[in-house]
Amino acid sequence: MKSFLKASLLTAASLWTAATLAAGPTVPLDKAEIDLHDKASLQRGAQLFMNYCLGCHSMQYQRYNRTFRDLEIPEELGVENLQFTGEKPGDLITNAMPTEAAGAWFGTAAPDLTLVARVRGADWLYTYFRSFYVDESRPFGVNNAVFPNVGMPHVLQELQGVPRKTHEKRMVDGEMKDVYVGIKSDGSGILSPAEYDQAMLDLTNFLVYTGEPMLLEQRRLGWYVFGFILVFTILAWLLKREYFRDLK
Amino acid sequence: MSKLIAWFDERIPLSKTWNIHLAQYPAPKNFNFWYLFGVLAMLVLVNQILTGIWLTMNYVPSAEGAFASVEYIMRDIDYGWLLRYMHSTGASAFFVVVYLHMFRGMMYGSYQKPRELLWVFGMLIFLVLMAEAFMGYLLPWGQMSYWGAQVIISLFGAIPIIGDDLTLWIRGDYVISGATLNRFFALHVIALPLVLVILVFLHIIALHEVGSNNPEGIDIKKKKGTIPESEKPKFTFHERFTKKYDVVDAVPFFPYYVVKDLIGIGIFLFLFCYVIFFAPAMGGLFLEPPNFEAANPLKTPEHIAPVWYFTPFYAILRAVPDKLLGVILMFGAIVFLFLLPWIDRGRVRSIRYRCTFHKINLTLFVISFIVLGYLGLKPATEVYTFFARVFTFLYFAFFIFLWFYSKNENTKPVPERITK
Repeated sequence: MKSFLKASLLTAASLWTAATLAAGPTVPLDKAEIDLHDKASLQRGAQLFMNYCLGCHSMQYQRYNRTFRDLEIPEELGVENLQFTGEKPGDLITNAMPTEAAGAWFGTAAPDLTLVARVRGADWLYTYFRSFYVDESRPFGVNNAVFPNVGMPHVLQELQGVPRKTHEKRMVDGEMKDVYVGIKSDGSGILSPAEYDQAMLDLTNFLVYTGEPMLLEQRRLGWYVFGFILVFTILAWLLKREYFRDLK
Repeated sequence: MSKLIAWFDERIPLSKTWNIHLAQYPAPKNFNFWYLFGVLAMLVLVNQILTGIWLTMNYVPSAEGAFASVEYIMRDIDYGWLLRYMHSTGASAFFVVVYLHMFRGMMYGSYQKPRELLWVFGMLIFLVLMAEAFMGYLLPWGQMSYWGAQVIISLFGAIPIIGDDLTLWIRGDYVISGATLNRFFALHVIALPLVLVILVFLHIIALHEVGSNNPEGIDIKKKKGTIPESEKPKFTFHERFTKKYDVVDAVPFFPYYVVKDLIGIGIFLFLFCYVIFFAPAMGGLFLEPPNFEAANPLKTPEHIAPVWYFTPFYAILRAVPDKLLGVILMFGAIVFLFLLPWIDRGRVRSIRYRCTFHKINLTLFVISFIVLGYLGLKPATEVYTFFARVFTFLYFAFFIFLWFYSKNENTKPVPERITK
């Protein structure tokens, strides 16, 4: 009986380990070191979004003027440089792509990006932006390592250049083999690889902001609330001590 | 002031109610940490009702407008995000405190005679709370709201003969749609809260009729005339409690436990506000990431998991290969809890004086509940399903074993009086 119990416990333990090891993402994600206090980064991110993303992807729950205010962009400057189709500053950030037509053109409608950072996470976005590569078998000639068979073209190609999967000859198990080492641009882009990474960090930063535009205010307020609760708890404790004196 | 009170007392039992339920209510003097969660559950209920009222002012209950209106509340309403996070965190906090409250009852035998009805009212509160939370979770109309509801409602389809018609009747449509959202909204904001408040009222009335249990599981109401005057507490308790019994080892609920609970409330609020202000999604446990995407009936999420407080029962459901049997077991898990006062045939309440096997049994029950909760969050792989079956067995074994050993249990002697 005892040995049976032992054996089943052991089996259980090993199965448990196997189960935890099997889980995990397929592509390792790069850490996005974003900073919501960095207004310059957020402004650059907003500029990238309005110029490259908004054509297809809306940001329909976020307003222009709120964005300008939070990113410390003067409203006239924002209207002039970041609003392209004559909306009012108080309007939501929408675009003119009809949903049904988009479905027909791309196979699927371009998702709204207001909350994409809350769905996917900052690291996923940062890695995704830097994981497009040339794949002639796909309709737009590109694929993505993080999002296989993605339904969009690489709209940032003019910034990054043409990204290809690169391989190196390496010794594996005593044989020379082609080993995949990552995605590299051919250098034809406007930005250098380092500049491109920074630009994608800015864009990620901006999308994290639009996911939770209240985040900084929320945390700031949180400390005051903690202060209040601390005072409340101390007073409650003193009160309790006073009353419980009679019970002694 | 006293004149004003007298004016009211002639017309309504104001002072009398205050005295019976608070100022002259005898509470055992040895309440510990575990006796805090009833008060906390009431606090969270008030939080849910108040924040819910204000959320309702700007929420749009339609398939077209729901998701956008939640984001409108989060972005355009002053402190709308705070109201929403208080409400969403409150939902999870409600289950945390209710589960701990129920565990307290199990540990100290608070369901045993004469508190069976008190326990049943509590279980009804738990049941209504689950319905309330389930319907509330549909309202943001995100992907998990939609597909989670789809999975749960389809469970009723497993019931023979009436299954299909029943799911149709619940949904009000052939799939989950605006019709479902509207009726869930009505039930979530009016019907169920009303039932919940009535049940809480009955729960407290029943509690104050039979009196509070305590960690020792010893009655504080002794036979009239058996306690010498010198050993009686120096407090005045309402004659409702002292007419038939000699009350010992008790203090008035107000002010003693009120001020003591205030400290507990402070500590609870600290944790509660930590989540609200610094981790409202709680790493995807309280607000699931796919729920930040609007509901899309054409796109099934890769992995559908209910919110954490349902996952123990969800894991039991998935552990069974047959759908109908799974549904029966899942509801059975709750039915067994309902019947606890009659399954436990012991006469000793507190775990402190019960047999060692009971301690092990209850520990295994708690472990099973937690592990099942974890497994319910995970995809049903072969290995996880194996574990779900083991722990489902242990969950039900608790009740079966209890029925057998509690009849002639080898208990420790219970003291006459609360000594500490």
